[in-house]
Amino acid sequence: MTGRGGWLRGYAVLYLLFLYAPIILLPIFAFNDSTIIAFPLSGFTTKWFTEIPNTPALVRSVQTSLIVAVTTAVLSTLLGICAARAGARYSFPFKTPVMGFIMLPLVLPEIIVAVSMLVVLMALDLPLGSWTVVLGHTLICTPFCIAILNSAFGNLDVSLEEAAFDLGESRWSTFRLITLPLVMPGIISALLISFTISLDEFIIAFFLTGTEPTLPVYLWGQLRFPQKIPVVMALGTILVALSVVLLTIAEIARRRGIARAGGKDTGGFL
Amino acid sequence: MKLKGFGTSDTARGLTLIAPPALFALLLLAVPLVAIFAFSFWSQDFLTIDYTPTLKNYREALSEPLYGQLILRSVLIAGAVTLTTVVLAFPIAYFVSFHVPANRKSLWIFMITIPFWTSYLIRVFLWKVILGYNGVLNSTLIGVGIIDEPLTFILYNANAVVITLAHAFAPFAILPIFVSLEKIDRSLLEASRDLGENHVMTFLRVTLPLAVPGVVAATLIVFIPTIGDYVTPRLVGGPGGLMIANMIQTQFLKLNNAPMGATLAVIAMAIVTVISLVFIFLNRRWLKARS
Repeated sequence: MTGRGGWLRGYAVLYLLFLYAPIILLPIFAFNDSTIIAFPLSGFTTKWFTEIPNTPALVRSVQTSLIVAVTTAVLSTLLGICAARAGARYSFPFKTPVMGFIMLPLVLPEIIVAVSMLVVLMALDLPLGSWTVVLGHTLICTPFCIAILNSAFGNLDVSLEEAAFDLGESRWSTFRLITLPLVMPGIISALLISFTISLDEFIIAFFLTGTEPTLPVYLWGQLRFPQKIPVVMALGTILVALSVVLLTIAEIARRRGIARAGGKDTGGFL
Repeated sequence: MKLKGFGTSDTARGLTLIAPPALFALLLLAVPLVAIFAFSFWSQDFLTIDYTPTLKNYREALSEPLYGQLILRSVLIAGAVTLTTVVLAFPIAYFVSFHVPANRKSLWIFMITIPFWTSYLIRVFLWKVILGYNGVLNSTLIGVGIIDEPLTFILYNANAVVITLAHAFAPFAILPIFVSLEKIDRSLLEASRDLGENHVMTFLRVTLPLAVPGVVAATLIVFIPTIGDYVTPRLVGGPGGLMIANMIQTQFLKLNNAPMGATLAVIAMAIVTVISLVFIFLNRRWLKARS
């Protein structure tokens, strides 16, 4: 089959250029010594990077985002474990509609999730804050966790659990000693994916955040002020570098996991 | 042999496990969806909400041309984005599935997904930098000598929204198509070739029909969130590229008219559902007619 892919390969390279175009520009403008984000470049500087820690509002929004993202990741992964385990292992009445309903946020535009939660909070006269953002993010992240964990729990051999149970382990110790280590790669992927989704989510946070904005909400406010843009570019560069490192580690871990299980590599971790 | 204590009351155990996520979805999804539906039948006068049921909001949504225009534009833009994204994504998915050696496939998928792990806001903003009057694209094209005047049809209008969203949703289209192409039994292609079909006919009669589930999934995954996108129309759309989500936000946070915002949200949700169901239905009928 290979060899005939000549023009397709050319197209693939052009397409990758299209995909990477914004990411390539990011570090260029982050190190450019000008507040105007346009060519020609005017000189090299690292001052936008040193300005980041000296912007208290920015630092606070990063902290808020990290707290929200970690809480969301843990909550949605826990809920995902419950749902995926129940779906893979047990049968119960109304299983299909219940599972379908839990997965519904996947096919709802996020603005709908955001405004409908806002309406309830308004009606109950509850204050907005980081916790409301966490609830909204957990709602949209749980289906992703379930999708990832479904395959982990689905591939599990039930006879291993039965054997442990038969050999005198309790239900909980069976889960802890047998099931948990086997689905661990799935749990780590679920944590990473939901952390990343929450960290980057804007519209739900925009509607549900209180006085403490998350990082995307803070950035949204900064985009209106041209003189603030270079700092945003510098921060974006750091975030890109961090996520590439994190994803590379996740990818290597995934390949090791597959190699250890003796399986064949068939695609990405998504 | 049935182990004692293992396998008994599976139903109870299943229900106990499903209870937390189900309750969470009930409280944070079902209740809010019911609430927003209820809100759409109420009205608001400054800060007090009038709970008398009324169809006033729906009448206003249908009679006020601005709302109809925004809804129509959202559907058209989302449709254009979906078409562009899926058509551009298919050759890439095909290339990775059929022309990349098996041990390099995950590397390619990894390379395709990396740009999308960066801040969505910053990515959209950078498209504004690329497409702008003095932007990267215009200055490059002028520098090379292809054009004399900056192109103005690529920023602050619907075109810019389509380009930016086609970029933002690329991996959501590539991955499902790639998965469905990977599932195709390669011996079917050999059989088709052995029976005398050429490359093009094999592609049209074997590969493409078998890839349909992936294409359908990609279409829905791109279309549904796109129609409700807020950031892209706001940043690169200009006044002529605004979409329904921008109006919903304005009603809620600027005009303090939550009932009208709720009405528009309900209408948007209904339209998304109807279009998706019609699409799935047509696709099923087409598949049935073929077999």
